[in-house]
Amino acid sequence: MAIIERPTDPAPVPAVAGSGAPAVVTPSQAYGVLRRPVSSTGWRSWVFTVDHKKLGIMYGVVAMFFFIMGGIEALLIRLQLAGPEGTVLSAGLYNEMFTMHATTMVFLFVMPMAAAFANYLIPLQIGARDVAFPRINAFGFWCFLAGGLFLNTSWFLGGAADGGWFMYQPNASPLYSPTNGVDFWALGLQITGIASLTGAINLIVTILNMRAPGMTLMKMPIFTWMILVVQFLLLFAMPVITVALFLLMFQRSFGATFFDVAAGADPLLWQHLFWIFGHPEVYIIVLPGFAIVSEVLPVFSRKPLFGYRFVVFSGAAIGFVGWGVWAHHMFASGLGPVSVAVFSVATMLIAIPTGVKIVNWTLTMWGGKIQFTTAMLFAVGLVVSFTIGGLSGVTHAVAPSDTQQTDTYYIVAHFHYTIFGGAVLGLFAGFYYWWPKAFGKLLNEKLGKWNFWLMMIGMNMTFGPMHIIGLQGQPRRMMNWTEARAGEGFFNLGFWNRVASVGSFILAIGVFLFLVNIWYTHRAKSNTPKAPLDPWDARTLEWITQSPPKEHNFDKVPTVHALDEFFHRKYEVDHETGEVRKVATAEEILAAEEAQGDKHIHLPSPSYWPIILAFALPVMAYGVIYNRLLIVVGGLIVLLAMFGWALEPSVADDSDYDPPAEGGGTNKELATIG
Amino acid sequence: MAMWLFLGSECLLFGGLISTYMLYRGRHSAELGPDQIFDIPFTSVSSFVLLMSSLTMVLAVSAAAQKDDRRTNLWLTITALLGATFVGGQVYEFTVMYREGLGFTTSLFSSSFYTLTGFHGVHVTVGIIMLMALVGINKRSRVPGDKAEVVEMVGLYWHFVDVVWIIIFTLVYLIPA
Ligand code: HEM
Ligand SMILES: [Cu+2]
Repeated sequence: MAIIERPTDPAPVPAVAGSGAPAVVTPSQAYGVLRRPVSSTGWRSWVFTVDHKKLGIMYGVVAMFFFIMGGIEALLIRLQLAGPEGTVLSAGLYNEMFTMHATTMVFLFVMPMAAAFANYLIPLQIGARDVAFPRINAFGFWCFLAGGLFLNTSWFLGGAADGGWFMYQPNASPLYSPTNGVDFWALGLQITGIASLTGAINLIVTILNMRAPGMTLMKMPIFTWMILVVQFLLLFAMPVITVALFLLMFQRSFGATFFDVAAGADPLLWQHLFWIFGHPEVYIIVLPGFAIVSEVLPVFSRKPLFGYRFVVFSGAAIGFVGWGVWAHHMFASGLGPVSVAVFSVATMLIAIPTGVKIVNWTLTMWGGKIQFTTAMLFAVGLVVSFTIGGLSGVTHAVAPSDTQQTDTYYIVAHFHYTIFGGAVLGLFAGFYYWWPKAFGKLLNEKLGKWNFWLMMIGMNMTFGPMHIIGLQGQPRRMMNWTEARAGEGFFNLGFWNRVASVGSFILAIGVFLFLVNIWYTHRAKSNTPKAPLDPWDARTLEWITQSPPKEHNFDKVPTVHALDEFFHRKYEVDHETGEVRKVATAEEILAAEEAQGDKHIHLPSPSYWPIILAFALPVMAYGVIYNRLLIVVGGLIVLLAMFGWALEPSVADDSDYDPPAEGGGTNKELATIG
Repeated sequence: MAMWLFLGSECLLFGGLISTYMLYRGRHSAELGPDQIFDIPFTSVSSFVLLMSSLTMVLAVSAAAQKDDRRTNLWLTITALLGATFVGGQVYEFTVMYREGLGFTTSLFSSSFYTLTGFHGVHVTVGIIMLMALVGINKRSRVPGDKAEVVEMVGLYWHFVDVVWIIIFTLVYLIPA
C-alpha cells in the first residue's frame, strides 16, 4: 500500500478501498544521511514500516514462532519426566530447558503476543489512525525481535541460561553457572524490556490522547481499558527488573559482587527486586487475556458486559494491589513472621478483585443467547480454568500451607492454570475472534473446535495431575523421579507423570491444529470466502471499518456517543414495545462513514532508524560478553541512529510527495516527534 | 505527557539503584568508605554547576516559547556546556577515587556507588545529546510541529535529572554513613 493514501482529486472519497489511485511517492533526501524508505510493497514495506497494524502482525508472527519454540522445550521436559530415571536430557540440559521454556513463554510469547493485540487493536478500538509514536512503536518491535534472537543464540554459544526463570542469586553466579547462558539471559531481557517500556509509554499516550471525539474514559471498550492497566504495570515494573538485570550484568561481566554472600552481600536483594517486578508481571501476563474475553463473552452472549464499571475498577484495583504482594513468592526465605503475615493477608485480598471479574463474566453469560463459536469456547474455557488457578493461588496465599507447597509441582499446576488457562486461552479466543478483522477471512470453525477441545483436554491432563504430584512432594525443577519413591495406588507418581506427559502431547496437537487452520484458510486453493464486514455482530469501533482496515484505519474518524458504539448504531430500542430492533447493517454504517471521508490524511512515514537502532543493541550486548570493543562500535551506531532519528521529521515533508501536497495536512492527532 | 510517563518509570529505576546503594553503603573496608573518600567541596561545586544548568534550561524554554531561535540556541548550548562540565567533574572525581584505591569491584559500597552515580552520569550525557540534537534541529529549522513543546519536553527531562542528583547528593554525600 502507498505510504500516504491521498485521493488525487477533490471528489468524494471513494467508498471502496483501493479504488482511489494512491498518490505516487518519490523518495527525497529526507535528512542528509539516509534516503527515506518509500517502498509500498514487498519486504521493505514491512521492515521499515511504522504502521501499527503491520507491526501488530509482525509481533504476532514472531511471538508465535517463540511459542512453538517454548512448546518444544516443554515437550522435551515432559518426555524426560514421562518415565522414571528419564534419559532424554542431561541434568544440565534439563536446567537450561525449563529456564528457557519459562523465559520464552513469558517474555517472548505471552507479553509480545499481548503487544500484538494491543498494537493492532487499540488504535482501531479508539478510532485513531495510528499510535502516538509510530517510529517508537517500530523500534519496540525490533528490540523485541533483536533481544529474543540474541537470547536464543546462547544455545549455540556454550549453553543457555540455567538458573530458572527467576534466576536466583547467587545460584546463577559464575561459580554455579559457568557458561555465558545467564549473561545472554540478562542482556537479552534487557533489550526486550526496552520494547515493553517504550510500548507502554506509547500506548498510554495513545489511549489517553487520541480517542475519537465523544469517547470518554468510561465509554472506552473494555479491552482498551484492561490494556491501559497493563501498560501502567509495565511502566513501573520494567525499571525494577532493569535495575536487577544491570546489577546481574555487573556481577557476572564486570566483577562486581552485589549478590556474592562471601563478599558480604545480601542475596535477598535479588529476590526482592525480581518479585517486585515479578508479581506485577503475572498480571501483565494475564490481564490481556482477561481483556480479550471481556470483549468476546458479551458478543457471543448477545448481552452487554455485566457491570462494565466493576470490571474496569477491579482491573485498576488489581493494578494497585498487585504491587503489595510480591513477597508471597518469598515465604520460605526467612523474611520474619510480621512480613509473612502482612503479605499473606495482602495476597488473599488480591483474590477479591479477581473474583469480581469471574462473577462479572458469569453474569454476562447468564440468561444470554449463547453462541458457542470457537472464540466463545476459548473464552468460557478461560473462565473455568482460571477459576481453578485462582483457587489454588489462595491455598498458597496461606503461608503455612505454602511452605508445604512451595517448590513442588503444586506451584507448577497453579501457575499453569493461571497462565495457560488465564492468558493463553484468552489469546486464542482473540485469534479466532479478530482473525477476520486482521486478515479478511474467518478461520475454519470445525478445525477450530478440534483445536479448542484438544487444547482444553490436553491442558487439564497435563496440569491437573500436577496438583496431586505436587502435594505428594515431587519437587519442581528436578530432572527425574524414581520408581522406588513413587508411592502406591491412586497417588502413584509414575502414573500421574505419564498422564501429564501424554496430556502435553495432546495439547501440542491442539496448538498444531491452529497452525493447520491458518494454512487451511489461507492456502492458495482455499475456498474460504471473504469474511463479512461484521461476522460476529460485534459491539466496538474496530468493526466500523473495512476488514482488513485501510492503512489509515478510518476514512472518517467516527464520533462516539455510547459505550458499545457500534452496537448502538446497529440497534435501537423500540420505546413502545421495549424490543431491540436492528436499524442499520454494518455495510450501511461503513458507507455512511466513508461518504464523509477526510480528504487529507497524513500518516507518519516509514523510517530506517528504528531497526538500525534496535539492532545496534545486540551488538553492544555481544560486546559485553565477548569483546569490549564491540560495545563501543554498537554505542556509536546507537548514537548515530539517535541523531538521525531526531533530525528526521516523523512525517515526510510535503515536498517528498508527488504531486506536492498543499501543505498543512490534517495530522493534528499524530505526534510531532517520535 | 510521554515524557512524564517515562520519568515516572525512571523514578523506579533510580529508586532501585538508590535502595541498593543504601543497603550496601556500609559494606566496605575501614579506609575506603564514604566518609573517607568523598570530596564534599568539589562535589558541591559540580552540583552547583548542574543546578545552574537547570536555570539556563528554564531560560531556553522561555526563549523557545517566544519563538526566539537565536536565544533558544544560545541557552541550550550553555545548558549543554554546564552539563558537560558536571560530567567532566564526575569523570575527574572517579579518577581520583580510583587512584586512591577505590575500584569498581573493591567493595559492595564501591560497586553500588559507581553504579548509582554512573547511571546518573549516563542520564546527564543522554540529556546533553538531546540538547545538541535540539540545537541541530533548530539550526536547520526542521522541527515538525511545535518547537517550543519539544524544547519543553527536553527541559522536563533535564530538570528531572537534576532533581535526582539533588537526592543522590543528599543521600550519598551529605548524610554521613
Ligand atoms: C487469585 C490470585 C492469586 C493468588 C492468591 C496467587 C498466589 C500465589 C502465591 C502465594 C505464589 C507463591 C507460591 C510459592 O512459590 O510457594 C504464587 C506463585 C505463582 N503465581 Fe500466583 N496467585 C494468584 C494469581 C496468579 C496469576 C493471575 C498468575 C499469572 C497469570 C499467577 C502466576 C504465578 C506464578 C508464575 C507463580 C510462580 C512463580 C515461580 O515460582 O516461578 N498467579 N501465586
Ligand atoms: Cu505473585
